[in-house]
Amino acid sequence: MNFDYSEEQQLLADSVRRFLDKQYGFEDRKKIIAGQGWSDEVWAKLAVMGLTGLPISPDYGGFGGGAVDLMSVMEAFGEALVVEPLLPTLVAARLVGRAGSEAQKKAILPAVAEGRLRLAFAASPRGNVLGAPGAGTLVVQDGADLYLVDAANVRMKPYRTLDNMAAAEIDCSVSKGDPLVKNGKNHLEEALDFATALVCAEAVGAMKFACDTTLEYLKTRKQFGVPIGTFQALQHRIVDMYISEEQARSMVCLACSKVDANEGPADRARAVSAAKIRIGDAARHVSQESVQLHGGMGMSEELKVSHAFRRLTVIARQFGDADHHLERFASL
Amino acid sequence: MDLNYSPEELAFRDQVRDWLSKNLPSELKDQGHYSKEELLRWHRILAKQGWVAPAWPKEWGGTGWNVVQRYIFEEELGYAGGPPLIPFGLTMCAPVLLRFGTEAQKKRFLPRIYKGEDFWCQGYSEPGSGSDLASLKTKALRQGNEYVVNGQKIWTTLAHYADWIFCLVRTDATLGKRQEGISFLLVDMQTPGITVRPLILMDGAHEVNEVFFDDVKVPAENLVHEEGKGWTVAKYLLGYERMNTGRIGESKRQLAKLKELSSQKISSNPRFRDRLSRLEIELIALEITNLRFLDRMRRTGQPPGADVSMLKIKGTEIQQGLTELAMECTDPLSGDEKSLALQKRYLSMRKTTIYAGSNEIQRNIIAKMTLGL
Repeated sequence: MNFDYSEEQQLLADSVRRFLDKQYGFEDRKKIIAGQGWSDEVWAKLAVMGLTGLPISPDYGGFGGGAVDLMSVMEAFGEALVVEPLLPTLVAARLVGRAGSEAQKKAILPAVAEGRLRLAFAASPRGNVLGAPGAGTLVVQDGADLYLVDAANVRMKPYRTLDNMAAAEIDCSVSKGDPLVKNGKNHLEEALDFATALVCAEAVGAMKFACDTTLEYLKTRKQFGVPIGTFQALQHRIVDMYISEEQARSMVCLACSKVDANEGPADRARAVSAAKIRIGDAARHVSQESVQLHGGMGMSEELKVSHAFRRLTVIARQFGDADHHLERFASL
Repeated sequence: MDLNYSPEELAFRDQVRDWLSKNLPSELKDQGHYSKEELLRWHRILAKQGWVAPAWPKEWGGTGWNVVQRYIFEEELGYAGGPPLIPFGLTMCAPVLLRFGTEAQKKRFLPRIYKGEDFWCQGYSEPGSGSDLASLKTKALRQGNEYVVNGQKIWTTLAHYADWIFCLVRTDATLGKRQEGISFLLVDMQTPGITVRPLILMDGAHEVNEVFFDDVKVPAENLVHEEGKGWTVAKYLLGYERMNTGRIGESKRQLAKLKELSSQKISSNPRFRDRLSRLEIELIALEITNLRFLDRMRRTGQPPGADVSMLKIKGTEIQQGLTELAMECTDPLSGDEKSLALQKRYLSMRKTTIYAGSNEIQRNIIAKMTLGL
């Protein structure tokens, strides 16, 4: 039993945090959102830090890392509310790495690791796809089959999600694509569990930000001549927010460990669904309370907490909401 | 990161589990309430094995186990479903004596606590002093070599079984800072002037009492630490290492029993099933949270501090949630013994969020100690 990050994991997390602190502040993020919705410059830095290649096999230029290796990175992304499409890229790369032919892996994975290519995953040939506008290649699911489709062959209507992520409504024909795998159900389930565990880690980071910034507000905002944090009614509510965050973090440890453990799909799915249920509930609790305790300011576009609210609202439902995962948890 | 126990820890767990399966009498399992004889019988079985007070120093009978081993032991103990180890002697009075007691006090009391020869209870709460414990009024006036105690304690768990009570008493009412006039006193329950009156709770059980002190003469040698330092002693106990505050093992057992009990309802009623799933997931999360705290404690050597408050809040909420769902598996109008037992267990467990520092007090502690509010 050991809940510490390894030295390597800690170093990576520290350097990612340092980078985000310096170059991905709230104002920087605003500019990125006002522009194309992601930053090619930031992407290049992420690649140099090894993030785009982290879970890719060393045979294809990556580092062969797992979900636990990415946990602290995703937590840092959550704290900074990063909008770069790292997760869509890594999920699609996972499918290529697990299901693809040698030629397909060689064509795609080194380019991803080096930061030259972004990917996205489409759950059907027509629908809403996160990260599609910046992707060069899409992994497209059609029934149980998977295809690689060049972005040039995909009709896209770009838009921004509620939490300002770049996405697109896509329409493509898989007949124009390169078949990745026939009946890739197991690969799909594994990759989506991987993604779900990581988005849970991202949620914990966003929750940490929401809790910390709310605590700071309780200590500085004065009403009736005293900081509002002196009121017990508010103290108890922020304590419950922190408890939610801690319980959520515990479930992320479990989910990421089980994704890496290879103890069988049922074990993995059960842990990931349990985590997604807890994180879904906690995301809603923490985000709603953080806005409420900020009063009118919490509603304001100007404050980062309202952006954390939006991110947490989306994450709670992304990759299946609590109801979906309750159904799955009960069936396992 | 590795969430699994090491092979050595797993071997230790199996050893404990195996011993419990052979030595915990089945008639002692899964009762809501236990007689004094039943409690002491289990206490003595564990004492004979040398496992009744793992956290004590080795020279007084401790096992020398590390924090993880102690946690595993307590979890297995809870999971096995035996009688609780009554904490007042083993994990409350004894640590206080070990830290603040004189050599004579240690020699006199610790071996008897270990062997289950003295049954202890705790005299803290008073009718006017619950969460605001420092306002307590029970007086102890020094007269020569004695203290004369007058006043009343309430909610005294198992006082009707007890041979001894440790009390917080007011030895000086004149001081401006009220914490400074409090002392920690050990009182023989056989002393003339002590009256124990049962308080029956809503499940019909006699578990707690009122204890009245009417000119009770206590030898001055029964004072622990210095006069006026009782609050320091009480606070030390709050920070004392407690591995089992979350009651993970017990709740795991209750969850398994609840699943068995409600198997039909689970398949026919998705609303019930989902509530049960959410509770199970809270328990999974709490177990990992508990292990995270434990791992941190093992590495830093720091006592858990306000972390314990979080385990208490979540642990008791889960305990209550489990008994609530079990209650819902019965007919509300049923009169059979088995159903009524489940319903009464629901009633009884409402106490958990109130006792040992209400969950509101625990939130105050986290707000102050961890969040700096």
